[in-house]
Amino acid sequence: MNDVNFLWPLAGGLLIGLSAGLYLLSTGRIAGISGLAASAAGLTDGGFSKLGFGFLAGILGGAAVASALIRQPDITVTSSIPLLVIAGLLVGFGTRLGSGCTSGHGICGMARLSLRSVFATLTFMTVAALTVFIMRLVSGGAV
Amino acid sequence: MLARTLAAIACGILFGAGLVISDMINPARVLAFLDVAGNWDPSLAFVMGGALIPSSLAYLIRNRRRAPLLDDRFHVPAPGRPDGRLVVGAALFGIGWGLVGLCPGPAIAALTTGRWEAGLFVAAMLAGMIVYRLTLGRPAWATR
Repeated sequence: MNDVNFLWPLAGGLLIGLSAGLYLLSTGRIAGISGLAASAAGLTDGGFSKLGFGFLAGILGGAAVASALIRQPDITVTSSIPLLVIAGLLVGFGTRLGSGCTSGHGICGMARLSLRSVFATLTFMTVAALTVFIMRLVSGGAV
Repeated sequence: MLARTLAAIACGILFGAGLVISDMINPARVLAFLDVAGNWDPSLAFVMGGALIPSSLAYLIRNRRRAPLLDDRFHVPAPGRPDGRLVVGAALFGIGWGLVGLCPGPAIAALTTGRWEAGLFVAAMLAGMIVYRLTLGRPAWATR
């Protein structure tokens, strides 16, 4: 069994929620990363957004500083190149079609009890868990 | 406008730090969280739980205010009913998330680790967004 430490995820989650809350109360907008990324790339009806670009730049800065000073990330990626490409395409297309991802629906939408976001969050969590289950079966149960 | 951009940068810094501190940035951790039928690692439930506390408070405060600090109105979507696009989009996203363990925020944050896998994933994600823009997400003025 994994050794489960709740303090790191709780502290990180509080920071993420604080970010989403402050972003709402300062700019009036939803901190949904898929939407911010699309607007930073000029792929929304509003065109290029400085806010989207600034938020993404902040994510890079915050991640770099936290990695250097607080917790060195220990990243494990076992996916093959085709799998990374297919998954990336699905995440990009799906989050735009579904108007949000883990942050926009999962955190901001759930926080404001949006029916659409609750539906979306239940859908992507269930489908992701099923996908992991099937992948484990296909890979012969190797974890 | 400059103040809004600075606020976005500051919020992004908090968000990026939260992704690293919580270990959401690690695809293996995310896959273990999603592996409910196997060797389940529930720790990431605390990320969502922790995040919902301040964000819910902010939405409660929002209900008592006419406008945010740096803009003349809130840009929050009006309540609506779930529809086919929402559910199909969320399902496609769920497949992608479950295949690799990366969703948009952590994927972008993972670029700072210098791992090529993160770069490839983010490039493919942008390509997926472009495909959506050129197909189902075409603006009204382009679909005469």
